[in-house]
Amino acid sequence: MSGTGTMKSRKKLAFQQLKKNKIAIIGLIIIISLAFIALFAPFIAPHDPIEQNLDKRLLSPSGEYPMGTDDLGRCLLSRIIYGARVSLKLGVIVVGIITVIGVTLGLISGYYGGIVDEIIMRLVDVVLAFPGIILALAIAGALGPGLFNVMLALAMVGWTGLARVVRGSVLSVKQKEFVESARALGCSDLHIMTRHILPNVMAPVIVLATLDMAFIILAAAGLSFLGLGAQPPTPEWGSMLNNGRAFIQTAPHLTTFPGLAIMVAVLAFNFLGDGLRDILDPRQQRELKE
Amino acid sequence: MTLLGIRNLKVYFYSEDGMVRAVNDVDLDIGEGETLGIIGETGCGKTILGLSILRLLSENTKVEGRILYKGEDLLKLSEDEMRKIRGKEIAMIFQNPLSSMNPVLTVGTQVAEPVELHQHLDNQNAKEKVIEMLKSVRIPLPSKRVNEYPHEFSGGMRQRAMIAMGLICMPSLIIADEPTTGLDVTTQAQIVELMKEVLKDSGTSMLLITHDLGVAAELCDHMAVMYPGEIVEYADVRNIFKNPKHPYTRGFLDSLPGRGLKPIPGISPSLINIPEGCKFHPRCSYATGRCKKERPQMKKVGEKHFVRCFLYD
Repeated sequence: MSGTGTMKSRKKLAFQQLKKNKIAIIGLIIIISLAFIALFAPFIAPHDPIEQNLDKRLLSPSGEYPMGTDDLGRCLLSRIIYGARVSLKLGVIVVGIITVIGVTLGLISGYYGGIVDEIIMRLVDVVLAFPGIILALAIAGALGPGLFNVMLALAMVGWTGLARVVRGSVLSVKQKEFVESARALGCSDLHIMTRHILPNVMAPVIVLATLDMAFIILAAAGLSFLGLGAQPPTPEWGSMLNNGRAFIQTAPHLTTFPGLAIMVAVLAFNFLGDGLRDILDPRQQRELKE
Repeated sequence: MTLLGIRNLKVYFYSEDGMVRAVNDVDLDIGEGETLGIIGETGCGKTILGLSILRLLSENTKVEGRILYKGEDLLKLSEDEMRKIRGKEIAMIFQNPLSSMNPVLTVGTQVAEPVELHQHLDNQNAKEKVIEMLKSVRIPLPSKRVNEYPHEFSGGMRQRAMIAMGLICMPSLIIADEPTTGLDVTTQAQIVELMKEVLKDSGTSMLLITHDLGVAAELCDHMAVMYPGEIVEYADVRNIFKNPKHPYTRGFLDSLPGRGLKPIPGISPSLINIPEGCKFHPRCSYATGRCKKERPQMKKVGEKHFVRCFLYD
């Protein structure tokens, strides 16, 4: 069928553009590898990440322990591999939550306008008025340490950007004639919002959600570093950094490797996000067609 | 029998420059199976008149009067009841088929929308109905094209799909707002031909809003000429062309290329600053002192022929 053929060709086209964007592809490959590592952590990790071996404390990288061991003799590589699980799971959950909140509020705000819009956008302003990470810190501090509370705190500050972007896109899409045409066919507001407007505003949402992944992973690691996130012995990159801080002069590998892990993950999502933005930007698409 | 009766319809809204009186005291009747054309210049309130019937105007617009559809006043219905009228009883075809379709949904999905909303058919039945409908508006290979996106359709094909979307629920009335604008002339002719046929087959009434007299002449039974917010002449198509009474109608016809391309002097007034008395008097060569002060009423000048001018007193 040519119908499905055209669908395919559209997706193929997008993928071809993605392939041309080398940096985005690097990001995508890293993300896929990270997901693979996280998924199959028990099979990949050479040791148990929380098993202590006090005979082998603070070993430098060697054949048996490729990234060395920490102050309790735990295999650092295994901990980093399991840490990918924690960070990615947290990132996906938080980004999922903020996407749902941000898109819903953005849609409502942009579509109905008036007083509803005013209330939602002022709420966004209030949240944005605080530096995001400080607010998350305060929330996580008030709720007490723990991964769940960190997720909650990050979700509470992370949705604003998406809400704003979605609202802006909705404002321009709802002026289009096809929205009026849908109304003339007897569509309800909910139907118009979800079926006609939502698919038209998805492109910036995808880009922003990808970039938010990077921010959330970094912020979660930061909160864990400060002792608010994952509690020992959970292997989490941020708390591993914090743990290695005391030995930075005698065993620098304890901070170097978790730091690199965070950097690689954050960069990968940023690379992919930037690449997607270039591809999904309608202006550039027009240039390509010409 | 009267299908739609518009009584004393007034539509106005406030803009930064003042009150815009888009429709002033319009009375119209559309019978079953009848096609009524509303012609007038750009900005005379034709489109607003069409939109007001389906109550699609924004909330800050005031609509007064009565719009009787099968004896029921549409202006008194609740939003939910109104939604059941839209698309099912009264459908609308918009002027720009390019922007009236959602670019991210397939044509099939969009044409199926009214059936899903109003007849609650499942996907398979809806799809069959869509294919049947696309066939009846002469879209080649309909079973293949239902899965294509609007950008894969040409302008004429898209307008055909829009017509299919309008007709799919078998509405009693179609409001077509400049359905041929933006299409090239040969495509226009095809669309007009198609509309003529489908209206005849289905017995659907139509309110055709256009500034294209050629299209109106082809499709309409009766025509109403609109000049800033009011009807200045109403007659059947023959009389409008053969025997125009109102100076504005005459001027409008004389401005056609085939009739000498003589423009009407002056420009039509804005809807904010409508002249007193007869609205056409500043541009009318027959204007008298009376025209400046009094607003003329509709006068019967022949069988189903009414005109709003003091010349026929």
